[in-house]
Amino acid sequence: MKLVLEKRPERSRTMQVASPLLAVALTMLLGSILFAVRGIDPLHAIYVYFISPLTTLWSVEELIVKVTPLVLIGAGLAICFRANLWNIGAEGQLIAGALAGASIPILAPQWDSALAIPAMLLLGMFGGMVWAGVPALLRNRFGANEILTSLMLVYVAQYLLDWLVRGPWRDPQGFNFPKSIGFNDWHLLATFGDGRVHLGAVFALIAAAALAVFMARTLMGFEIRVRGEAPRASTFGGFSVPGTTWFCFGISGALAGLAGICEVAGPVGQLQPTISPGYGFTAIIVAFLGRLNPLGALFGGLVLAICYLGGEAAQVELSISEKTAQVFQGMLLFFILTCDTLVRCRVRVEWAARRTSPAEGRLPLGIGSASSRTADAGEATS
Amino acid sequence: MSALEAVLLTIITASTPLLLAAVGELVVERSGVLNLGVEGMMIMGAVTGFAAAYTTGSAAIGVAAAVGTGVAMALLFAFLTQTLAANQMATGLALTLFGTGLSGLIGQTFTGLPGVKLGALHIPGLSNLPLIGPVLFAQDVLVYASVAITAGVAWTFTRTRAGLVIRAVGSNHHSAHALGYDVAAVRYRCIAFGGVCAGLAGGYLSLVYTPQWIENMTAGRGWIALALVVFATWTPIRVAVGAYLFGTVWIMGLYVQGIGVAIPSQFLSSLPYLVTIAALLAISGNRILTRVNTPACIGQTFVPDR
Repeated sequence: MKLVLEKRPERSRTMQVASPLLAVALTMLLGSILFAVRGIDPLHAIYVYFISPLTTLWSVEELIVKVTPLVLIGAGLAICFRANLWNIGAEGQLIAGALAGASIPILAPQWDSALAIPAMLLLGMFGGMVWAGVPALLRNRFGANEILTSLMLVYVAQYLLDWLVRGPWRDPQGFNFPKSIGFNDWHLLATFGDGRVHLGAVFALIAAAALAVFMARTLMGFEIRVRGEAPRASTFGGFSVPGTTWFCFGISGALAGLAGICEVAGPVGQLQPTISPGYGFTAIIVAFLGRLNPLGALFGGLVLAICYLGGEAAQVELSISEKTAQVFQGMLLFFILTCDTLVRCRVRVEWAARRTSPAEGRLPLGIGSASSRTADAGEATS
Repeated sequence: MSALEAVLLTIITASTPLLLAAVGELVVERSGVLNLGVEGMMIMGAVTGFAAAYTTGSAAIGVAAAVGTGVAMALLFAFLTQTLAANQMATGLALTLFGTGLSGLIGQTFTGLPGVKLGALHIPGLSNLPLIGPVLFAQDVLVYASVAITAGVAWTFTRTRAGLVIRAVGSNHHSAHALGYDVAAVRYRCIAFGGVCAGLAGGYLSLVYTPQWIENMTAGRGWIALALVVFATWTPIRVAVGAYLFGTVWIMGLYVQGIGVAIPSQFLSSLPYLVTIAALLAISGNRILTRVNTPACIGQTFVPDR
């Protein structure tokens, strides 16, 4: 038995929409099989994981809190990946943004002004942009691989945060706990509802919509798409390679930084050694689940946020580790990539070993092999 | 044991996992495939190696389990990228994310348990020599294996037909296909070999380096191994040199912390990652060296026309 891929002449439109849904369905299917193996009622488990987060107002609000950073980062990464640029250090950019933005509430806690929040947000975006600018600079200037440099900077950012909250930025009245002071009210983002959903959710919506328009309607968006799909054509078109690199890293870094400052000035409310449960890495899956479309990141973010919350719910209700959520996320990305093949190719299963003989006549332009042609000629003359 | 001996020994134990993982990835990349899942294969090797050794009490079974897991993960990657022609970068990332998650889940019940250490293998006669005896000839079997694998890979690439085929597939998969080589089959084997090496590297961490299970204990070593391959411009001997340089940096950071120099420990801990970036810069600036050895088809998907 052999799987054979045949390139489709055109990308399948049906599959483009269906593949993310199929990937989610397959993940649930494999998940329920695994639950059943461990002796847990699969239907109940799937309900707890994927449906229960949507059933109460509290959990829906919590869902939006988790969707916010995922969409912000995922939309930016979608653009990077579109250009075939692999920024996988969004987690570090998130931390850098959080640190830059948090410098105001920590260093100037008494500065109560209408300008404080905008300044924090801008600083946060700037911090993320600088952190993402390093791999872009190193790639443009020295040709260094951006995958590795951006990832290495994640570790550096984590250690920087760790040093700050244990050292210079530690709360003097905090009983030596590695935490900064809690931010004052005027340094926290406006909230909606029960006070969990914050302004970041609005930013996420705006970012996803604006980036979608940008990709579809602007020259830079076009340059990014061409660079990813036909790099040679983009060179012939005179599009600047360093230019798109700067731009993609800048925008994705700024959005990751914004996500970071929104986290610490929102649900977290202070700096602590861990400020994100790996949003920067999960957002990679968000981008792919959204088919590298900024609007699709809304869908992707929703699914992965459900996965996070479902993991917490499963820990309480089924007493299984919340780490299963991470396994689900990994499985989901595998299935997305598998299903993406269906967009580009038809998959056929060949049961018998295929013999490649000249008699098969697979030559282009209908030129058959010698044997079949003589057979045709024989028929014609008789 | 003298202080110098102790430092040299720790440098070898810190370098071996890097060397194992990097030399495996080197073979994968030489065949034209970029597997970003080294970190994921390593961490899975570490957790299953520990779990198997702990349950059976035998470190050898632990090593076997680590290798098996590494290969299983690698074959998953190979199936997606070679059979289903999925994007290599994304699939590699998926392997790392999946491995990190699954290892945390598997390892939950093993956290904080005392591990089984893989014993040292004294080479009779030689291990009694002063200084170099204990350092070079009284190591565990995986240290010798890492050296043997590196030498074997170097020999394969320069002296054997198999090495030529792998290089051909990595340099130009269309030509290799036209010559009648089964590109996917060659790559499957290379990816599986990378899985063996990454599994061994992970097993080394949880069976020798720190014989216990700690979540995320690979700490980016898989990524550093990837950087090492670039740093070594895809040549096995330079990978070995690079791995030992990095091992030295890693240990020096810990050592300086140990003697209590007034530098925040976080800066010393982030040193290996900063050095990785510096190393990438140093080598990327040298265009000739990188151009000559970079496998031309690296990261590209190959679907034969039919």
